Amino acid sequence: MTLLSAENLVKDFGGLRAVNVGAFDLPEGEIRAVIGPNGAGKTTFVSLLCGRIAPTSGTIRFEDRDITALPAHDRVALGIAYTFQITSIYPNLSLFENVMLPAQRRAGLDRTNDAADRAMVALERVGLSGRAFERAGAQAYGHQRLLEVAMGLALAPKLLILDEPTQGLAEGEIENFNALIRSVAKESTVMLIEHNMNVVMALADRITVLNFGETLAEGTPAEIRANPDVQTAYLGG
Amino acid sequence: MDLGPQIVLASLDGAVTAAVLALTALGLSLVFGVMRVVNVAHGEFFMLGAMIAWFVASAIGGHPALGFVAALVIAPLLVGGLAASADWLIIKRLDYEPEATIVATIGLLYILQQGALITFGPVAQAVEAPFNHRIEIPWFEGSNVGWGLFTTSYKLFVIGAALTILLGVWLLLSRTKTGLLMRATQLDRETAQAFGIPVEKVYALTFGFGAAIAALAAVLIVPIQQADYLMGGDPLLLSFIVVIIGGLGSLRGTLIAALLIGMSDGIISVFFTPTLAKIIATLVVAMVLVFRPQGLFGAKAQ
Amino acid sequence: MRADRALALHLAVIALLFGLQYVLSPYHQGNLARIMVLATYATGYNILFGYTGLLSLGHALFFAAGMYGAGMSMRYLDFPALAAFPAGIIAATLLAAMIGALALRTTGVAFMIVTLMFAQAGYLTLLYFNEYTRGDEGFVIPQADRAIGLIDLSADDTRFIAAWAIFSVGLLIALAIVRSKAGRVLVAIRENEERTRMLGFNPFPYKLGAVTASGAFAGTAGAAYALLFGSVGASFAAIQYSIEPLLFVLLGGAGVVLGPLVGSVLMFYLIDYAREVTTAYLIVVGIALVLLILFARKGILGSLRRRSDGWLP
Repeated sequence: MTLLSAENLVKDFGGLRAVNVGAFDLPEGEIRAVIGPNGAGKTTFVSLLCGRIAPTSGTIRFEDRDITALPAHDRVALGIAYTFQITSIYPNLSLFENVMLPAQRRAGLDRTNDAADRAMVALERVGLSGRAFERAGAQAYGHQRLLEVAMGLALAPKLLILDEPTQGLAEGEIENFNALIRSVAKESTVMLIEHNMNVVMALADRITVLNFGETLAEGTPAEIRANPDVQTAYLGG
Repeated sequence: MDLGPQIVLASLDGAVTAAVLALTALGLSLVFGVMRVVNVAHGEFFMLGAMIAWFVASAIGGHPALGFVAALVIAPLLVGGLAASADWLIIKRLDYEPEATIVATIGLLYILQQGALITFGPVAQAVEAPFNHRIEIPWFEGSNVGWGLFTTSYKLFVIGAALTILLGVWLLLSRTKTGLLMRATQLDRETAQAFGIPVEKVYALTFGFGAAIAALAAVLIVPIQQADYLMGGDPLLLSFIVVIIGGLGSLRGTLIAALLIGMSDGIISVFFTPTLAKIIATLVVAMVLVFRPQGLFGAKAQ
Repeated sequence: MRADRALALHLAVIALLFGLQYVLSPYHQGNLARIMVLATYATGYNILFGYTGLLSLGHALFFAAGMYGAGMSMRYLDFPALAAFPAGIIAATLLAAMIGALALRTTGVAFMIVTLMFAQAGYLTLLYFNEYTRGDEGFVIPQADRAIGLIDLSADDTRFIAAWAIFSVGLLIALAIVRSKAGRVLVAIRENEERTRMLGFNPFPYKLGAVTASGAFAGTAGAAYALLFGSVGASFAAIQYSIEPLLFVLLGGAGVVLGPLVGSVLMFYLIDYAREVTTAYLIVVGIALVLLILFARKGILGSLRRRSDGWLP
């Protein structure tokens, strides 16, 4: 079943066409990686999907509902969570307070009263519960990245969009990250923009390759690895 | 008096207001354009210019022209220097952060205003114009030529002087190295810094220069108005109106808006009380910011 | 436990203020009554500035709306004090909601200027209708009318208790707001608005709520000022009265519930002292603003809180 789809999605910045994706389909339960050279429009593309920016034209559907005109915060309520490429947390608040906000939002949507529990569970899943009451801004960069993921998890989203989540993580941390995403994928669909090909190949069910804002190829990791167009784009042929 | 002649007089007074307002607002606009700093103390620099003009004129004595010419030089220099040091001591230390800077310039407003009260006292002071000939204005009514209207040579001088100064500022900005540095800093602070432009010095210079223009405007107007320590409120409010309607940081827009506001202020007050005119103007400004933040003129800051 | 400790502290402060009436001389008792009314104003302003991070330069308008809402309804509609007080609060709250809805389309510096301009337009409007508002000179509410039933609000001791009651209720409401779920979102908006939006919160209703709540506090203080001290005037709508709560909050500690009270007490006495020394006493306002923004942005309680493990709300 298709969870999210986009049709003829176009975003122009001034005269520049940053994104021009004819068709994009994301089935429920999949881990989808979006890759592409720098400046291929990956972040712009997912920003359109989660509503941070409005498209110039085209439609976006989520669970068969047209969400093109829906503001970002309402898309979050429907179940689309987004973690920022540039770490965006509340540096002056504790880790717990950081995660408490999305947990509170989710609990509000579900009309339950267990926000604090949800927050602790989310911190536990990323392995930060031991530091729950430390100041977020004082954490190491890798921990801040994980905190972002925890904030996404606390929303219990149907679709979790991660924008370069492993950037700045150490090798050992990446192993744990992969395991985390596999466990997340059991309950959510995951879409990640990723530069680290090891992570992509290890996690992704399917891969979408963007180049100059357009879909260059789409397929399983094996298909993408074998695709001559993709090789040309990456090697700059 | 009939409405017709009254409007002629109001237009003349409006032109004087517009000329002085254009200068004052230009200072505010320059500071905002180059530094992205909203200087709430701008009206107090205007007030200081007027008070210093009075002080200099009464200290020198003799023919009023002597004191006037001295004030034209001394007031902008003193006020500009004061403003530049305020920038160096306060605004630079805030790293020009917009909201903190506004709070700091509000503080500066009180310090300058109350400082003027301590230094110059609470009494409103008059300054004699260097010359003040009566100039008759012909007025045609049917086939009769009437000579009942008049203005003064000094008012015409103010308009001319303001235009000359505006031209000078424009030349300074567009033709000199200082102007080039200012414009480069305005376009992109980081890049300017990377190219070795001493951004902090340019900012101090700009802040001082903006205040000096306001002081100069005050010296021009003080023989027509009077000088007192509370006089800074109106020029601040009107400059804000002009700069916002003209587009924040846009010099051309500022000039057009000054003309519009100055002239209409004169003409509107023929029909309405000045208070009502100000109410309308402030509401217009608020609405412009709410619905058209880039101002009515000039889509972009230039 | 943490919550109880904070509540206990605030209740203790309220009890202390009540007890002070038996200790203070009549002069200081009168001052404290005035301070508590002004502190109510600043406590509401803190919800907007300290907790939500929105700096308004126009709250004098809401203070004046409360003041005139109460004063005019007594003067022209013969409202009794008990009805005039809520009339003032309602007037200010509605006005704050309206202006908030417009001003919140802007952010940062533009928000500051828009609120300033609206307040200035309001002040000028009060001057324009001088015939009814009595402009800067204002009017006095007759002592006989400043009573609820048999309770004379203009008497020193009842006035103190009324001011204390209003401040206490205001303080506890503010505490409840900042510790509520909504209060947590306000802080989140202050710290990182875009992040908060992407966690599914629409910032606008929260910000509008903060403007409206702070406007209601300002209106309450304004109406209380009219009833307790009897004076109603346009000068209370002037820019100076918009700066005042900002100064109190900055001095006492923005984003600390008790900050505005501490700031109000200190600044009131500082100005009072300066007034004895010079006619240019407002210079201390300017100096305080500049020094605070340069060297002590957290204010007194904000600095204390950092050493107390952050349990102070």
